[in-house]
Amino acid sequence: MVKLDIKDLNIWFGSVHALRQVSMGIQANEILSVIGPSNSGKTTFLRMLNRLNDLNQNFKMTGAIKLEQEDIKNIDTELLRKRVGMVFALPLPLPLSIFDNVAYGVRMHGMKNKKILVKIVEESLKEAYLWEEVKDRLNESAFKLSGGQQQRLCIARTLAVEPEVILFDEPCSGLDPISTAKVEDAMVKLKRKYTIILVTNNVKQAARVGDRTVFFLSGELIELDKTDKIFTAPQDKRTDGYIRGKFG
Amino acid sequence: MKNPYRTQNIAFFFLFLATLLIVVPVGLVVVIIIQKGLPAINWQFLSDVPRQGMRAGGIFPAIVGTVYLVTGAIIFALPIGLLAAIYLSEYSKDSLLTRLIKLAIVNLAGVPSVVYGLFGLAIFVVFFKFGASILSGSLTLGIMIVPVIITTSREALESVPYSFREVSLSLGASKWQTIRHIVLPNAIPGILTGAILGLGRAAGETAPILFTVAAFYLPRLPGSIFDQVMALPYHLYVISTQVPNVDEKIRYGTAFVLLALVLFMNLVAIIIRYKFRKKKKW
Repeated sequence: MVKLDIKDLNIWFGSVHALRQVSMGIQANEILSVIGPSNSGKTTFLRMLNRLNDLNQNFKMTGAIKLEQEDIKNIDTELLRKRVGMVFALPLPLPLSIFDNVAYGVRMHGMKNKKILVKIVEESLKEAYLWEEVKDRLNESAFKLSGGQQQRLCIARTLAVEPEVILFDEPCSGLDPISTAKVEDAMVKLKRKYTIILVTNNVKQAARVGDRTVFFLSGELIELDKTDKIFTAPQDKRTDGYIRGKFG
Repeated sequence: MKNPYRTQNIAFFFLFLATLLIVVPVGLVVVIIIQKGLPAINWQFLSDVPRQGMRAGGIFPAIVGTVYLVTGAIIFALPIGLLAAIYLSEYSKDSLLTRLIKLAIVNLAGVPSVVYGLFGLAIFVVFFKFGASILSGSLTLGIMIVPVIITTSREALESVPYSFREVSLSLGASKWQTIRHIVLPNAIPGILTGAILGLGRAAGETAPILFTVAAFYLPRLPGSIFDQVMALPYHLYVISTQVPNVDEKIRYGTAFVLLALVLFMNLVAIIIRYKFRKKKKW
């Protein structure tokens, strides 16, 4: 099933043409890795899917993005962002306790029942493989956690609002290899329930977790294929050059 | 040949001298006021009404008057200043209008205080017929400190990392929820600091209250917000220039109380800021 359908997407920030004529479909319950050098439009592409780009005053777009056949422009922004969650590049806990961080989104959507909140927080933390490490100190500040724990907390926080799609924006860029492995583990297990789009600068990570991989260069979609194929027999020599580390 | 070390030493000397020159007047003012004013301070001075044409007795009505005026000013200025700051830093886009508003705020901060006094007289005392009253004086002082509050509140709001807003929005929170639950709680110490600095300024000003509220001599406490009051800065002006033969001790005692009040408020602001910095979590 096609979860997200992107057609002729063009994005400008002022006079900078950030994405050019991008069209693609993203399947439900897949992990799509997005790779490409800096400034290739990966993050812009990602932030398009939950309309975070709209916050930029100079932002302009043409084309259409459909979430389950519905144009995202017609979906209420708050509802869209609830359905399409996001985990940022750096661990960004809110200045709240661990519990309140995870409960934040749910509370903002009107949930007041303490018992249900407790249950959602526990389930989300378990899904993000953090529960065992934090269950005895849910009321401590989230800033007391290590970087890797903070990033899994952010994943739990995103899961708590029950999204359908999760956008990961270089989620391991600030993490050590062990924390990275834990986050990758969590992602692979999460794809059973969620559609995952992973922007990463780490080509090996894309190869490890992605079902399919898409390569962006200078705002253009160069190649999209099964991860195995991209990494063994890419069609475009620019893709080949990038994954072999010849440029970027 | 030029000796770079000597050039550096000369530069250092002048920079240090300039810095020292700032400290000297402040130190001198404080020392002189304390030296001459402290002997006047006793319970009677603080709690009694002025007597014998303000040549004896205390300054209690002036203290109360200043406290009333400052409280009134902050009641008007804080909500307006804070809401305007939220609008400017969170909602407004960069347009001609917002640039105009920001320019107006800067200019408002630069208006001489006596002009506020005249404005207050024209608008509140005469036009709205509030008369010379606590209400008129508070409103005039309020308008004077609004720019201070807007500027410091905006700084406080903008010091909350942008990433927190993005995180909150990305979880599907609305813009207002983001402001209410994430931005404001983390900006409140900064906003309070601004409010207190504004208070300190309002407490010390003479010109804005001159035509709008201050009583020359009124040895009783006000009964309503439509009454006149005495106020410390104006009282000081009166006993220093308008009444002959006032003991120097009383004048400096009054100055001491006013200075202590303002410094105390600044101290509170500093403590709040310090505690916040220690608690800051990012």
